[in-house]
Amino acid sequence: MTIASEPPKAGFRLSQLIYDTRYRSLTIQVIVFMLFMAGAAWLVDNTVRNLQVLGKDFNFGFLSNRAGYDIGQMLIPYTNDSTHGRALLVGLTNTLWISFLGCVAATVIGVFVGVLRLSRNWLIARLMTVYVEIFRNVPLLLWILVILAIFTETMPAPNAYKVAPDTGVAGQEMLFGMIAPTNRYTAIPAVEFANSLGAIATPLAPLSLNFLLIVAVLIGSVLVNRRLLARARRIQEATGVRPVTWWQSLLVLVVPTAAVLVALGFHLSVPELRGFNFAGGTNVSNSFVVLWLALSLYTGAFIAEIVRAGIMAISRGQTEAAFALGLRPRRTMSLVILPQALRVIVPPLISQFLNLTKNSSLAIAVGYMDLRGTLGGITLNQTGRELEAILLMMLIYLAISLTISGVMNVYNARVKLKER
Amino acid sequence: MKTSVFLGTLTAAGLAAGIASAATLDDVKARGELNCGVNTGLVGFAAPDANGNWSGFDVAVCKAVAAAVLGDGSKVKYVPTTGQTRFTALASGEVDMLARNSTWTFSRDTDLKLDFIGVNYYDGQGFMVRKDLGVSSAKELDGASICIQTGTTTELNLADYFKANNMSYQPIAIDSNAEGEQQYIAGACDAYTTDASGLAATRAAFADPDNHIILPEIISKEPLGPAVRHGDSEWGDIVRWTLNALIAAEEYGVTSANIEELSKGTQNPEINRLLGVEGDLGKMIGLDNDWGKRAILAGGNYGEIFAATIGESTPIGLARGLNAQWTQGGLLYAPPFR
Repeated sequence: MTIASEPPKAGFRLSQLIYDTRYRSLTIQVIVFMLFMAGAAWLVDNTVRNLQVLGKDFNFGFLSNRAGYDIGQMLIPYTNDSTHGRALLVGLTNTLWISFLGCVAATVIGVFVGVLRLSRNWLIARLMTVYVEIFRNVPLLLWILVILAIFTETMPAPNAYKVAPDTGVAGQEMLFGMIAPTNRYTAIPAVEFANSLGAIATPLAPLSLNFLLIVAVLIGSVLVNRRLLARARRIQEATGVRPVTWWQSLLVLVVPTAAVLVALGFHLSVPELRGFNFAGGTNVSNSFVVLWLALSLYTGAFIAEIVRAGIMAISRGQTEAAFALGLRPRRTMSLVILPQALRVIVPPLISQFLNLTKNSSLAIAVGYMDLRGTLGGITLNQTGRELEAILLMMLIYLAISLTISGVMNVYNARVKLKER
Repeated sequence: MKTSVFLGTLTAAGLAAGIASAATLDDVKARGELNCGVNTGLVGFAAPDANGNWSGFDVAVCKAVAAAVLGDGSKVKYVPTTGQTRFTALASGEVDMLARNSTWTFSRDTDLKLDFIGVNYYDGQGFMVRKDLGVSSAKELDGASICIQTGTTTELNLADYFKANNMSYQPIAIDSNAEGEQQYIAGACDAYTTDASGLAATRAAFADPDNHIILPEIISKEPLGPAVRHGDSEWGDIVRWTLNALIAAEEYGVTSANIEELSKGTQNPEINRLLGVEGDLGKMIGLDNDWGKRAILAGGNYGEIFAATIGESTPIGLARGLNAQWTQGGLLYAPPFR
């Protein structure tokens, strides 16, 4: 009797690609991959052909041409004599700046609201629910427009602050004598120094040495303060008594910085109405504030839900154990619950940060000149380089998103449960 | 096997997509409708009424071309385009021609691959301010916030003008004329700048037009004209000579009132050629001999269109100025119909 399980000796047949389960999935994958590549090739080929028909070439030379237009909001020096490449950088820094501030504010709002929504206080919990539901369920663009309308319709025009020559009374008083909200911008005092140490010229923007010095002193103070606290902890562990450190900390943190500020001649320059607009201070444009508020409140609502989910994922036993050890509710939250909740919270939080960054391109609705406004708006129009500008813009957003994602993944790796 | 058939189809589709927009005249005739890119809404130039019927100075050019090509001035599909989308819409073939207050410039004519076929309105950039601002000249606008439409030549002119006069300003970028109107009324900007004709049209739509003035300075040359895609000269010729027919008709005194009379034949051979009584001008551009007559009948000659849409008897109240015939001291000058 022969053994039936001996494998067939016959060679490989083509039909095996379809009927043999060992090869079938590979066959399907190869076919799908080929179709995908063919589709991509068709798109590229079609683009090249159509560009030829239109007689347009594909090059990025326009980035080094003179831009010729002015930009309302900028973080780095720019004039209409700068290049389109420079205008791109202005837009990029504006995008990054609003995204960064938006992410920070959205996180703060989200954590507070998420925690408060679980509060035992009925009113607070319901109020937070109302906030989350109305912001989460109305499109962001509508929020931006609503907030913009509130700003432009309810705030006074700059000339309302004009002092009438006959009575000597201003139509509208400035807040604290130094802040003037208007329907275009909020004029706030600018920080100025009587003595300047000069500036380092960098390709992006001149870096003020005064600013660097203050930052260096602040970092130094914080480092010294940490050593102070570490010493206090050592003493506490050795003797059980924690030495009083608050006045030392205060001294270390405040005095050096204050001394530097006095030495540099720090003062505030109060804005005043000159001609049509305020000058002398800093004008924070409404388009920026509106966009920032809308992005933060909208994304904050989503983050609140993520935070709530993260907290609810931690078992009730953890809280009870912490209470049994004598921890108060606030410390229980900050020392026991939130650190564990973070590993549930961080991955979806990354998506929210990415969303906020990409949503910042709605800036066009309020005339805030972000990357979409400069490169994808005016530069694209003035040069007629649609394909190049849009591709470049996609590439830049992709790079920003991947960077945020990478940084947050590193953070996630640090806070996740260490398995030993 | 199946894959290769599929690939073949794909390639064919790619080829077809590549050469779709070669002969615009054939496309328009086959479609039975002219796709005309117009402003999103600028009273007097191109704006829909309550029933969705478009009318205006630019719209009249679309109607004349449709009448010349298709024999019916109403066979037009109006595609509203913003300052940002207009040239892309034309280049991609979404519209057959653009009649949308677009300035004829060197780089648009060459680098953007457009062909401006003439000028239907000689304009210049101006400023509008509130009367109570107490400003009487653009030179007094130092430090002002100025609303400006993005993607336009006005943006560049503004930067140049303020630099040349050593003044500063705060640009407030807006997307369309409607948004500019709203921002200006809300006081988000001290001045609104665009073509002087556009300012007049915008002001006419205000509830209180008398409280706003247009400053006397005209800071640029803005020859506004219809545009077509570069590379289809036959189509460009049709649009160019339709516009010229409207202008020439005014010069020769051909109006919608007397055109039937004149098309029976006159002593003036130029009028006869224009109206197709004599010669074969229509055949030379691929149309029949009545094309000129139909174009003029669609909305009247240039002067009649001007008077009915933006002239002094309308709320917009623009004077002919540079847009008078050359015989009247203006710049309108149609080449001979011969």
